[in-house]
Amino acid sequence: MQTLLQQIVNGLVVGSVYAVVALGYTMVYGILGLINFAHGEVLMVGALVALSAITFFQSVLPDLHPIAYFVMGLLVAMPVCMAVGYTIERTAYRRLRNAPRLAPLITAIGVSFLLQTLAMIIWGRNYHSFPQLIQTAPIEIVAGVFMTPVQMTTVGVSAAMMIGLVILVTRTNMGRAMRATAENHRVASLMGVDTNRIIALTFIIGSALAAVAGVMIASNYGVAHYSMGFLPGLKAFTAAVLGGIGNLAGAMVGGIVLGLVEAIGAGYIETWTGGWLNSSYQDIFAFLILGIVLIFRPTGLLGERVADRA
Amino acid sequence: MPHTNPASPILQLRGAQVAYGQIQAVKGVDLDLFAGELVSLIGANGAGKTTTLNAIAGTLQLSGGSMSYGGDSIAGLPAHKRLRAGIALVPEGRGIFTRLTVEENLRMGAYTRKDKAEIEADMQRVYELLPRVKERLQQVAGTLSGGEQQMVAIGRALLSRPKLLLLDEPSMGLAPLIVEKIFEVIHTVMKQGVTVLLVEQNANLALGYSNRAYVMDGGKITISGSGQELLHDPKVREAYLGEIA
Ligand SMILES: Nc1ncnc2c1ncn2[C@@H]1O[C@H](COP(=O)(O)OP(=O)(O)OP(=O)(O)O)[C@@H](O)[C@H]1O
Ligand SMILES: [Mg+2]
Repeated sequence: MQTLLQQIVNGLVVGSVYAVVALGYTMVYGILGLINFAHGEVLMVGALVALSAITFFQSVLPDLHPIAYFVMGLLVAMPVCMAVGYTIERTAYRRLRNAPRLAPLITAIGVSFLLQTLAMIIWGRNYHSFPQLIQTAPIEIVAGVFMTPVQMTTVGVSAAMMIGLVILVTRTNMGRAMRATAENHRVASLMGVDTNRIIALTFIIGSALAAVAGVMIASNYGVAHYSMGFLPGLKAFTAAVLGGIGNLAGAMVGGIVLGLVEAIGAGYIETWTGGWLNSSYQDIFAFLILGIVLIFRPTGLLGERVADRA
Repeated sequence: MPHTNPASPILQLRGAQVAYGQIQAVKGVDLDLFAGELVSLIGANGAGKTTTLNAIAGTLQLSGGSMSYGGDSIAGLPAHKRLRAGIALVPEGRGIFTRLTVEENLRMGAYTRKDKAEIEADMQRVYELLPRVKERLQQVAGTLSGGEQQMVAIGRALLSRPKLLLLDEPSMGLAPLIVEKIFEVIHTVMKQGVTVLLVEQNANLALGYSNRAYVMDGGKITISGSGQELLHDPKVREAYLGEIA
């Protein structure tokens, strides 16, 4: 029972990060029908930029509170990733708006390689240890169930980002214009909406979320490197598909569910397989889910719209 | 009905052409709209009426000829800027945002406006003009009936405070009673000073309400005149009013 509770807590932590990243995939899909496979790389850029910023501030402004460096890292990583997201949309995807569906998909994969390679040139091929600015000593939250402060921060910040996004999309003029554009670009433009601007904003917002997620992942695992975006990116994409791609609530539900399945699976896989597989095989759950959803329910848990574009 | 012809037209098309790739859909149209007029554009299926309206609203661009609005050329101006300049289109098929509520649809019409108090006042005016809409503000617009959706589409366009309102077959697929109601609304809007260009299949009704009208065929204007003239023109009666001359 304690193991189960502990795995649920771990699952919520990981799942909240998946949810934040999945929102970026689903927003772009909702408005363009495009799967931005480079989204995971934006997360990686966020983590590495934050690492460089933190290292820089630690040397020029020593003796600050560790949390201050953490916040500074975030505040540098977010605008950098927003600029990266905007640049990707503007230079790679915009000219392919009316191209056959394969063209933007292949371009997305190309952008992904490009970002990884650039990161490798800038930050090298090595794993960098990411400063543990938030406490990592576990605290017992209920009998036998532990959570580290960095995990708590992760859940708290992720929740705040999700609430902020939901308010933006459902309660503001800009959010209404995003939803209108997602439904019909042409009619949205007849309402005076500059749809190019709204699409760019969608990429910018998704990239800011990815930056935060990247910093959270690096803080939790204590490492950052040029290929760290691939797996979380693929898992978050799975979460978006699981929830119903294009659907914001679906991305959040999908992220949490995937995190829980993965954590619980990791906790019990050894027992279930009689020791044949251990917890380092936890990644199979995500891809098992992706396969099952795509075969049996391609619209996902909450999606009603058929994912008809790759 | 009075003929209001101030010196210069609010909208002027000269030799306007629009093409879809190799297919020429509008082949040199001359059209003038004067402030305060209600003008209709009638013609058979495929004549190029929708294409012409879309070119005026800016979702399509001219491939030849010229278009001026308020005396300035608007060629090349994208749709969202034309809306800001005062041109609103109620598109063919209504173009409702089906996943947004009725109220959100209406507010999309006021997207470019910053005058909050005036927007609220205009919302009230739309409710007065279209009482059916008011009862359904929080309903998801995709669940409205066709007639209700048309009302929302018109109300939404009015919330941009257009100087020129373009309507593409607002009566399409609607029961006669609702069609009458919609024409009354359009007439009221015109009386309030909005210039209206109306595309209609229901030529009889449209001509009855119009100051002037154009008949389009094969991408060209073939006949033009006052609404009454066209109503009594034997060629128009034969071709578009379902009568054997
Ligand atoms: N997207 C498009 N691509 C290619 N051709 C088109 C397109 N839209 C319209 N056309 C062609 O352009 C011509 C004019 O079409 P348009 O829709 O303007 O006619 P319309 O007068 O509005 O007809 P209706 O009364 O049926 O609505 C038609 O021959 C049509 O087939
Ligand atoms: Mg038409």
